[in-house]
Amino acid sequence: MIHFQNVTKRYGEFTAIDNLTIDIYEREFYALLGPSGCGKTTLMRMLAGFETPTEGKIFLAGQDIAPVPPNKRAVNMMFQSYALFPHLSVWENIAFGLKREKMPKHDIDDRVEAMLKLTRLEKFARRKPHQISGGQRQRVALARSLAKHPKLLLLDEPLGALDKKLRQDTQFELMDIQEKTGTTFVIVTHDQEEAMTVASRVAVMDHGKIIQVATPDRIYENPNSVYVADFIGDVNLIEGTATPNGSDAYAMSWHEGHPPLTVKSPNAFSDGQKCHLAIRPEKVAISSEQPAEADNAVQGRILDIAYLGNISTYHVELPTGAVIKAQTANTRRIARRAFTWEDTVWLSWTATAGVLLAD
Amino acid sequence: MRRFVLIAIPYVWLLALFLVPFAIVLKIALSDAAIARPPYFPQFDWAEGIAAFIAELDFENFVWLTEDDLYWKAYLSSLKIAVISTFFTLLAGYPIAYGMARAPEEWRPSLMMLVILPFWTSFLIRVYAWMGILSNEGFLNQFLMWIGVISEPLTILNTNSAVYIGIVYTYLPFMILPVYSALERLDGSLIEAAEDLGCSRLTAFWLVTIPLSKTGIIAGSFLVFIPVLGEFVIPSLLGGSDTLMIGKVLWEEFFSNRDWPVASAVAVVLLLLLVIPIVLFQRNQQKQQEAEQ
Repeated sequence: MIHFQNVTKRYGEFTAIDNLTIDIYEREFYALLGPSGCGKTTLMRMLAGFETPTEGKIFLAGQDIAPVPPNKRAVNMMFQSYALFPHLSVWENIAFGLKREKMPKHDIDDRVEAMLKLTRLEKFARRKPHQISGGQRQRVALARSLAKHPKLLLLDEPLGALDKKLRQDTQFELMDIQEKTGTTFVIVTHDQEEAMTVASRVAVMDHGKIIQVATPDRIYENPNSVYVADFIGDVNLIEGTATPNGSDAYAMSWHEGHPPLTVKSPNAFSDGQKCHLAIRPEKVAISSEQPAEADNAVQGRILDIAYLGNISTYHVELPTGAVIKAQTANTRRIARRAFTWEDTVWLSWTATAGVLLAD
Repeated sequence: MRRFVLIAIPYVWLLALFLVPFAIVLKIALSDAAIARPPYFPQFDWAEGIAAFIAELDFENFVWLTEDDLYWKAYLSSLKIAVISTFFTLLAGYPIAYGMARAPEEWRPSLMMLVILPFWTSFLIRVYAWMGILSNEGFLNQFLMWIGVISEPLTILNTNSAVYIGIVYTYLPFMILPVYSALERLDGSLIEAAEDLGCSRLTAFWLVTIPLSKTGIIAGSFLVFIPVLGEFVIPSLLGGSDTLMIGKVLWEEFFSNRDWPVASAVAVVLLLLLVIPIVLFQRNQQKQQEAEQ
């Protein structure tokens, strides 16, 4: 539905968006994820019409939208600050866009009522924005931006101002609403957990470029670069050189005096190519005895334990000085924990547990 | 005890600097004019007692104000001049304030300085300077004739137009500053949101910017309107003989006619007229504060 074609945006010397080509499909929940300053907000503002690309074209439903001003686009935006009109009541805020369309009065009433119901705000219709809570304000902003039946809804860090508990509830509400309305949602966020929860596809951005676009599970399990692996979630990165060893299998030598690691990778590597093994902490098993049938096993000493309630993360220092994180679910009470500081343990993982990435 | 002292300070201030002088003026307004020193009667005399003194006071000066049409015409004319010049001050001040609020942040202090700078020169000198600009041989006429717009000099000085120009010029900062402070607080994303929801630039301005700067507009308008209503210097220097303003009438009663009781009565009525907008102004301020909480 949306097609960015070689879009570049420069502010003076600074390049915010660098020759970017992406597609966003209909009814999709698309997340733009990246650190601040990566260009994700600029991308969104170009969709809303507040910025124009320096080069390249943006198509919405096959139409070049560059000459269309923001007030004529079938695109609505939910602002990070919510941008609710403080002098208007909740009801009038939601009706604001509808009144601009010269909609008949009773249609406006119906639509606003429907929006209030969708966002469960019926009781607050007469209140002013400063008389309701942050979570309610967020819902008013959502209702207001959905009221006009946009083809595309843009959400700029929509949950940034909410506390964690409320944010989690709201994430599911957002997904619900997206499903109910069938609107295409594009969300901008720097919170990877949020992006993974709500989105059907996630685009990881850095320095004005899209690094990877994929479903949340593929982004997590099959990152295409060290950057994505490192940005999304927790990861152990082991540097080494690959040697082909059978079909799809590689022996990765990572430290002199240690046996090479066995890795399976669909990506081809040449003999002696430098590479990184990215492996998630929860895929590393921890045991006191050397495991008998593990593809890879290394010995180390527990340096630190991060107790998070449901899980514990063990920081294990290898004889080489590298620290590997291993995560286990705390299925037993803490008093019966098997390992403690300074214990010598074995870490093990299978050949397919990690992803082999080029430099 | 400390609370009592804290509350007492403003009340003592009000009592000493407002209520006591007002009582004296009111007393003179209720007296009769006399060729004496001071030029009114009765004087308070301990020997005759307070009852006899009060018996001498009457409302005939206030009755006189209603009988001679000069006074109510002067009040009405002042009101008209104050309303019109407040409107023009708003018309001139709002775009300036808007421009200042939209200017890059690093320019704003300098722009603010430029608005305040004229206050560093005496108000009288600035009004006299306008006489030099507006007179028949003044800079304005010379300039207009030089560029060929007019062949005969325009008579501006000593007309109501000169009074409006002088008032708008003098009171402009009082309008700009409150409007600016309201506009500066305005969140730019609100305008973007309005545009996003289908407003053109102009409708966004009408529906969002103007309502949200309303408190500034009201504050600025009162700050201009209230002093202009009693303004004396500008109409007497720039205005003509047909410029009727209550401040001028007041001055003439006091100093030319030496009729202190009538002058005092004029002042008391003017005060009562001013109290109404001042109360409205206070309400506006209070509402604004409540809205901010």
